[in-house]
Amino acid sequence: MPDGTQPPTGRVVGDVIMKVENVSLSFGGVRALDNVSFDVREHEILAIIGPNGAGKSSMLNCINGFYHPQEGAITYKGKRRDTAKTFEAAEEGIARTFQNIALFKGMSTLDNIMTGRGLKMKKNLLWQALYYGPALKEELEHRAKAEEVIDFLEIEAIRKTPVGRLPYGLQKRVELGRALAAEPDLLLLDEPMAGMNHEEKEDMVRYILDVNDEFGTTIVLIEHDMSVVMDISDRVVVLDYGKKLADGTPDEVKRNQDVIDAYLGVSHD
Amino acid sequence: MFYREAGQFKTTYADDQAVFPILQDKIAVLAVIAVAYSVPLFANEYWLQAILIQFLVFALMAIGLNILMGYAGQVSLGTGAFAAVGAYACYKLTTNIEGLNVIVAILLSGGFAAAVGIVFGLPSLRIKGFYLAVATLAAQFFILWLFNKVGWFYNDNPSGTITAPPRELFGVQITGPAATPEARYIVCLTFLIVGAWIAKNLARGRIGRSWMAIRDMDIAAEIIGIRPLRTKLLAFAISSFYCGVAGALMVFCWLGSAETEAFDLAAVSFPVLFMIIIGGLGSIGGSILGAAFIVLVPIFLTNFPPMIGLEISTALQKHFEEIIFGAMIVIFLIVEPEGVARLWQILREKLRKWPFPY
Repeated sequence: MPDGTQPPTGRVVGDVIMKVENVSLSFGGVRALDNVSFDVREHEILAIIGPNGAGKSSMLNCINGFYHPQEGAITYKGKRRDTAKTFEAAEEGIARTFQNIALFKGMSTLDNIMTGRGLKMKKNLLWQALYYGPALKEELEHRAKAEEVIDFLEIEAIRKTPVGRLPYGLQKRVELGRALAAEPDLLLLDEPMAGMNHEEKEDMVRYILDVNDEFGTTIVLIEHDMSVVMDISDRVVVLDYGKKLADGTPDEVKRNQDVIDAYLGVSHD
Repeated sequence: MFYREAGQFKTTYADDQAVFPILQDKIAVLAVIAVAYSVPLFANEYWLQAILIQFLVFALMAIGLNILMGYAGQVSLGTGAFAAVGAYACYKLTTNIEGLNVIVAILLSGGFAAAVGIVFGLPSLRIKGFYLAVATLAAQFFILWLFNKVGWFYNDNPSGTITAPPRELFGVQITGPAATPEARYIVCLTFLIVGAWIAKNLARGRIGRSWMAIRDMDIAAEIIGIRPLRTKLLAFAISSFYCGVAGALMVFCWLGSAETEAFDLAAVSFPVLFMIIIGGLGSIGGSILGAAFIVLVPIFLTNFPPMIGLEISTALQKHFEEIIFGAMIVIFLIVEPEGVARLWQILREKLRKWPFPY
């Protein structure tokens, strides 16, 4: 991320596609999210930042339908998300990656990416059992799509390698590939650059910007590397102890006194 | 030297995802099938009846369990119960419906087993691993108890056994006392080949991938849109279908008549579990290799010691058998959890480069 890199041009941030309104989530006595509201606009890159335990991953899990917030509403493309089941997220075009890699370890890179296309494959059990005619044709069409993703992420060499054997950085890339294979409208990335060296981070940033630029995918990402966040995101939401501290362009957020206090600490005298 | 893919270029994705991408493999598999079909020409009745038919039936059952355990990751000890459902359903169907083709009856009984499998698969949404194994163990005990207790299942036969009635296919007796071992062998072999082919197709397509996704990381699978309950129940259904068909074949083409004891935990469920552990979890070919191994070891122990002039009692032989199985399972679980199938794959990879490994 050389200095002065601007968010990619040639795309227009559109209308609000997801609204998070007054969402609160508690686990017993722990309030993980407290009255959080923000919007996600079409084609933008939105970063969620905050110190450890601020509720960032919980927020993604609520959007995903993995957690169901006790209060508030999440509306995506006009439909309520906060009460939906987990597997319905993918049907509505939401894909995500995980903070701790959640790949299917026993399968090859190609199979992992093909799994991401599962929802788009419609042939029934009987055709699948024959693996012939329409089923074979469908399989090959989706293979071609999966190969496009493999090509995009430059992981051709490892397409037949079981993912359990890959190094960490490549696993992260395969996980992004699996999410991209579903051709999502909204991509949730939970710390896509955690644990990477500088070079790997640059690669990952390039892929994220390319996805956003080429496919117009809306991206919500959680990231701790501030230089990355400030460079690539259109808007930043700051969480701390489950509450929203600030919401705005990177420059606004950088100057916000609450945010500075949360990150640098404040003296209690 | 002879096992090379050099010069065999794949230019389409279809070629690339073929089951046997290398020409030598294709030839070898076709040769094995041809030999398997010509076995009745030279094998004697003992071999067919005691070894080969038993192997074919258990191989089909092992494929069934491997779909459930190796691919979908759901532990089951109910194999014997699902096989019993198939056998008893087939018995009821053939004795109650006159003129029903026996092959159709066998396939329908697979369907009954699938339905029972779905019911006993329901707990899998909530419980995993050992706990699920115990839940399927309940199926094992309950179903065998039911078949023993309720006379309707064995037509109130005073002996309490079910006996395969004589039935023909294309004018040849394939079940009942008059059926030749050759005919029964060919029927079982055909079921195994078709069954293995279909299982492989399911395993390498969308359905197989969703099974493996659930097995490897259920949360991630759900987040990319795989419905856990539907996927797990489908695995239970298809696995039980295979077990049911194999159970029907077991009575109709192998044993001729059977009681519920033939489907015991120790007679079916555990041996089939050992087959897939030794053969390789998550491998169709491994299921077949594992079945061959488990069926052949006792036969080997019966025949080998006398051959070298050693007389051992049957009790001692039985103990040896258990020691060998136990040791093999421990060794495989520690050294090669992917079983014989993986060893075979390693051998092939080595063979590709032989004799110049660099």
